[in-house]
Amino acid sequence: MENIAEYLKEERSQPWRDELRKSMKAKERTSIERVHMPEQDPVERSHNYLEVNLGLTEEMAITEAHRCLDCPDPTCISGCPVNINIPKFIKKIEAHDFLGAAKVLKETNALPAVCGRVCPQEVQCENSCFYTVKLKKTPIAIGNLERFAADYERNSGKISVPEIAEHNNTKVAVIGSGPAGLAACGDLIKMGYDVTVFEALHDVGGVLKYGIPEYRLPNEIVDVEIENLRKMGVKFHTNFIVGKTASLDMLREQGYTAFFVGSGAGLPRFMNIPGENSVGIYSSNEYLTRINLMHATDPDYDTPVHDGKTVAIIGGGNTAMDSVRTAKRMGAKRAILIYRRSEAEMPARMEEVKHAKEEGIEFMTLHNPVSYEADEKGRVTKMVVQKMELGEPDASGRRRPIPIEGSEFEIEVDVVVVAIGVSPNPLIPHAVPGLEMSRWGTIIVDKETMQSSIPDIFAGGDIVRGGATVILAMGDGRRAAAGIHKYITEKVKK
Amino acid sequence: MNKIIEKELFSENVCRFVVEAPEIAIARKPGNFIILRLDKKGERIPLTIASADTEKGTITLVVQRVGVTTAKMLNMNEGDSILDIAGPLGKPTHIEKVGTVLCAGGGVGVAPLLPIVEGFKNAGNRVITVLAARSKDLIILEKEMREFSDELIVMTDDGSYGKKGLVTQGMEEVITREKVDLSVVIGPAIMMKFAALTTKKYNIKTYASLNTIMVDGTGMCGACRVSVGGKTRFVCIDGPEFDAHEVDFDEMMQRLGAFKEQETEAYERYLKTVS
Repeated sequence: MENIAEYLKEERSQPWRDELRKSMKAKERTSIERVHMPEQDPVERSHNYLEVNLGLTEEMAITEAHRCLDCPDPTCISGCPVNINIPKFIKKIEAHDFLGAAKVLKETNALPAVCGRVCPQEVQCENSCFYTVKLKKTPIAIGNLERFAADYERNSGKISVPEIAEHNNTKVAVIGSGPAGLAACGDLIKMGYDVTVFEALHDVGGVLKYGIPEYRLPNEIVDVEIENLRKMGVKFHTNFIVGKTASLDMLREQGYTAFFVGSGAGLPRFMNIPGENSVGIYSSNEYLTRINLMHATDPDYDTPVHDGKTVAIIGGGNTAMDSVRTAKRMGAKRAILIYRRSEAEMPARMEEVKHAKEEGIEFMTLHNPVSYEADEKGRVTKMVVQKMELGEPDASGRRRPIPIEGSEFEIEVDVVVVAIGVSPNPLIPHAVPGLEMSRWGTIIVDKETMQSSIPDIFAGGDIVRGGATVILAMGDGRRAAAGIHKYITEKVKK
Repeated sequence: MNKIIEKELFSENVCRFVVEAPEIAIARKPGNFIILRLDKKGERIPLTIASADTEKGTITLVVQRVGVTTAKMLNMNEGDSILDIAGPLGKPTHIEKVGTVLCAGGGVGVAPLLPIVEGFKNAGNRVITVLAARSKDLIILEKEMREFSDELIVMTDDGSYGKKGLVTQGMEEVITREKVDLSVVIGPAIMMKFAALTTKKYNIKTYASLNTIMVDGTGMCGACRVSVGGKTRFVCIDGPEFDAHEVDFDEMMQRLGAFKEQETEAYERYLKTVS
C-alpha cells in the first residue's frame, strides 16, 4: 500500500498538477455548485429506450472538475473497488485534456464508460470524497466525470489502446464475459498473457448485455469497450459452455495454465407461492434477457415477450427497478413495484428510485404477494397481496417485514416479474469436482488472491458474492488477475 | 457458424439436419440438447440431439415445423449455416442395466429417443420400442430404431401403418404381456402425459424428456420451469428428464403455449415474407 501512496504523491507533485491547484483558490472551488446531469424529460423517456442521462457537456465537465481540490490524501480512491486515480483524471479534465483523462481511467479500469453509468458512486468514491466526509457538501460528481471522459474518447474516434507487456505465451482462460471476466482479461492481457474468454451465450458482455437496459447502458457502449479488449489481443469464444462443451481438464490439456471463473448469476429465485408458474409470470432474468439481449420489443426480432396494461414487479433492488421501468416503456398503464419492506430498506440505487418515480412508477412498499390466479389458459390475471409492517432488525440489519393478517387484497395484473434475487450459476460447480463451495452455492476463494480450493482456479463476481454490483465484480476480476499472475510466476514458472 | 452438411426431408414438416459442431459432437451424451439461434434476429430454441459423428464433427437434429424458427430452418439447405449452436446442455440420460426397458416415442420425439434406445440396448437391456404418429408418413427413424430394439411396435392414429391406435395402446400391450422394469417416453406433452398415466397404473418407473420453452438454456432465466412432485424445477439444469409420474403436464402444456398468440401472428407475417 505504501508504494501506491508514494506513487500517488509523486503523480500529484508533477508540475502541471501544482500549477492547476494554484490556478484557483480552494474557497473558490468549494463555492461552485455541483453540476447537474442533464436528463431526458421523464414523460418522454418513459416511452422510449434512449438513455435517461444525457451526459455532461465539455463546459459542465470542466466546471465540475474545478470543484475537485486535488487533496493530498485522496480518500475517494479508497472508495473505488478498482482504485482509479480519481484526482488525476479529474485534473486532466480541468486541464482540457479529455483524452488524457480517459487514458488515466483505463490504467485501472477496463470499462470506464460502463462504470461511469452504472456504478453506485454515491456509496463508493463519492461517499469517500472530501466534500462528503469533511465539508458535508454534495461530493464531486466523479461518476458523471468518468462517463464524460470515456464518452469523449469514444466519440473522438481516437481510442487509446493501453500498453501491453511482452507476450509471455502463457494461456489463461476466463469463463464468462460479464464485468468480472472483462476486468480480469483487461489486466491479464496487459501483463502479456494469452487470454481467451469463454462465453456461454451468443454475445459478449454478460449482465451488461442481457440484464442492464438500454436506457441505462446502451449495448453499443459495451461493444466499444469489448472491441477495445479485442484490439489488445483478447480472444472471445462465444457459445462455449465450460463444463459442458469442454471440461476444464480438456482445457488444461490444451495448455491453459489458470482459469478465472466469472460465470455470474444463475437460477432465479421464486417465492414458491401458489400460481407462480402461471403464464405471464417471469423471472427478472428472463424478462430482461428477452428484451435486452433478444430484442423482443423490436418486431423485426423473433423472440416474443408479453406486454400488459398492468405489470407488477416484485422486489426492491436494481434489477427490480430495471424491470419496472422497462415495463413502463413497453406501454404499461400501471407499472407497479411491490416491495415487502419500506423505501428506506430498498437496495436499489437512489438515482434509480428517483428516476423510476419521475417516470410514474407506482411504489407499493410494505406489500408482498401471497398467491396468483390464472385464466383457463393458465395466463395470470390476478395477484393477492398482503400488507406488511416492520418489526425488529434481522440478520441483515434491516427491520424485518411482518405480514399483517387479514390485510390481503387483489390486484388485476397481466404480467408479473419476480426480481427477488438469484442463486449462483450451478454449471461450473457441478462440472468441477472438488471445488470448495459455500452452502449458498458460491465458490469459496481467498479474499486477496481470489484463488479457490483448486490452485489453478480463481473466481469472482456473483459466483463468489452471490449477488453484487458491476463494479464489485470488476474489482474481483482485477484482484484475481493479480492473483493469477502471482500464481503463475511463483508456482508454475519456477 | 455451424454449416449444414446434410438435409433430409422426412415429411413435409419434418426434417433431419446434420450440422457441423465438432466440440458438441465429442461432448454430447444421450439425452443432451443444444440451443440454437438461426440468425442475428432469431430466437433461441432448444433441440435435443438425435445422434453425433465424432469423426466428422457433426450432430444430427430432427426438426418439426411448429413456428417461425422451425419453418425458417426447414427452408435452409445444405451449405447454409446456423449462426449459433451452444451445448451440449442438460443432464444426460442415466443408462444402466435394469432388465426390460419400454421406450415410447411420439412424433419428432422419436429422434432424441434414438440414442437412449441405443444406450439401453448397449448396456445389455431388453429394449422394446413403440413408435407412434398420426399417420404413416410421420413415422420417422423406424429402420434405426429397429436396429437397437428387440421388438418394435408402430402405432398410427389412422391405421395407415402398423397398428391403429394410440401410443398408450401399444405400451399397454407390452406391459400386460411381460414384466417391464423401466419406461422412457419422449414426444408431445399430451402424449407423455397419457403415457405416464399408463405406466403409473402398472407402477413402472418412467422418465419423460421435457421440451419446454427456454431462452439461455444454462440455468439463468427460468423460462423452462416445471412443477415436478409439487416443486419447481428447471428443465435446462435439473432435466430434461424427470420422473414422468411426478411431472405436472397440464401446467407444462400451458407454459408451452405461453406465446401462442404472438407465435401465430409472427408465423403469418413470416408466411407473407416467403410467398
